[in-house]
Amino acid sequence: MNIKEFIAKRVAQELKDGNVVNLGIGLPTMVASFVTDDKDITFQSENGMLGLGPAPKEGEEDFDLTNAGGMPITMSTDGVCFDSATSFGIIRGGHVDITVLGSLQVDEKGNISNWIIPGKMVPGMGGAMDLVVGAKKVIVAMTHTAKGKMKILKKCTLPFTAVNQVNMIVTELGVMEITPEGILLTEIAPDTTVEQVQEVTEAKLIISDNLKTMNV
Amino acid sequence: MKKIIDKSEFISKLKNGMSIMVGGFMVVGTPENLIEEIVKSDIKDLTIICNDAGLPNKGVGKLISAGKVKKLIASHIGLNPEAGKRMSEGTMEVELVPQGTLVEQIRSGGAGLGGFLTPTGLGTIVQEGKEIIEVEGEKFLLEKPLKADIALLLGHKVDEKGNTIYSKTTRNFNPMMATACEIVIVEAREVVSIGDLNPDNIVTPHIFVDYIVKGDK
Repeated sequence: MNIKEFIAKRVAQELKDGNVVNLGIGLPTMVASFVTDDKDITFQSENGMLGLGPAPKEGEEDFDLTNAGGMPITMSTDGVCFDSATSFGIIRGGHVDITVLGSLQVDEKGNISNWIIPGKMVPGMGGAMDLVVGAKKVIVAMTHTAKGKMKILKKCTLPFTAVNQVNMIVTELGVMEITPEGILLTEIAPDTTVEQVQEVTEAKLIISDNLKTMNV
Repeated sequence: MKKIIDKSEFISKLKNGMSIMVGGFMVVGTPENLIEEIVKSDIKDLTIICNDAGLPNKGVGKLISAGKVKKLIASHIGLNPEAGKRMSEGTMEVELVPQGTLVEQIRSGGAGLGGFLTPTGLGTIVQEGKEIIEVEGEKFLLEKPLKADIALLLGHKVDEKGNTIYSKTTRNFNPMMATACEIVIVEAREVVSIGDLNPDNIVTPHIFVDYIVKGDK
């Protein structure tokens, strides 16, 4: 299992039976494949569908049925399609239980910056601003650092996607919850010390009294 | 009223400098035949409103690559490097709007609303220059309606009167755009007789559709 699969598998444990879940492009998309059969999860895709099925077989792709990255998908038998206004009504209206997305930066106030690096990369926010504001729980799934640069900060330096919206961060080093007091480390990767995690985290970590080892 | 027109008649409805809403999400649900006709024409200086910038050789990306777009209003341009290049060169103006806000602006434009209040974008650069309104202790941004001269849509089955149904996730922005433009043109994969569609399944009622152009099945 590589680092990204490790993160995705841990995030999958957060999804509860009956949840409506939106997965971002990239690493978050991998979460779906780690959901165990005992859970009935309804995946939402912001381009206008609910009920993701297994990945289509090569040669059997239906290009009228795609995810928010424009990639062909399949629908579960209870799947349903709708327009973008309905889709974002679902998102902003609090009908999505969990959104999982990647990020460039997250800070101890739960601020998130993941849509622009001014002057370098301007992809646009897509549906991310609506998702992080509207979903009941926001999970950031990302590698702990990027090319040695820290991503979990005291304060984001890039333009915000939203303020005070992140609830949880899952990386290859640990699971962190955003609390009013700061970032609480609740789980730590096997064979990793708290000092090692803190060393690559700009924000001061609060260590849970009940710190567990990530069981992935 | 005869709504079915051919491709040359379609081009005669367009003028330089017009604002055009184009249906589709990452080119899924975009009327490629109508786009291709514009690429072949002399029409230019367009303001395009679309979820995204398409791909360099597909969807609204073809209009961008052909240098026909003066301004793009979209939520995402990341999968079309040509759009990013033209934005940084300054040859195309780009206004980025959160996706849920963009579609709701279009819905408001078509529904006679003066705008709407959304929590999306609060505390970000999206907020700049916008009014913040507090309702029962919660803050919202005032977002205004969006309309355009022309809507270009992709219908899966369209009857001769203009009643339209869409296929799966090709629906996306199409139904909202049908309500928010002066002239609405649907590229129909299949044109069927009036009465052939189940009224319960029709998504866009015929009164919104001005013209139908036959596309590919």
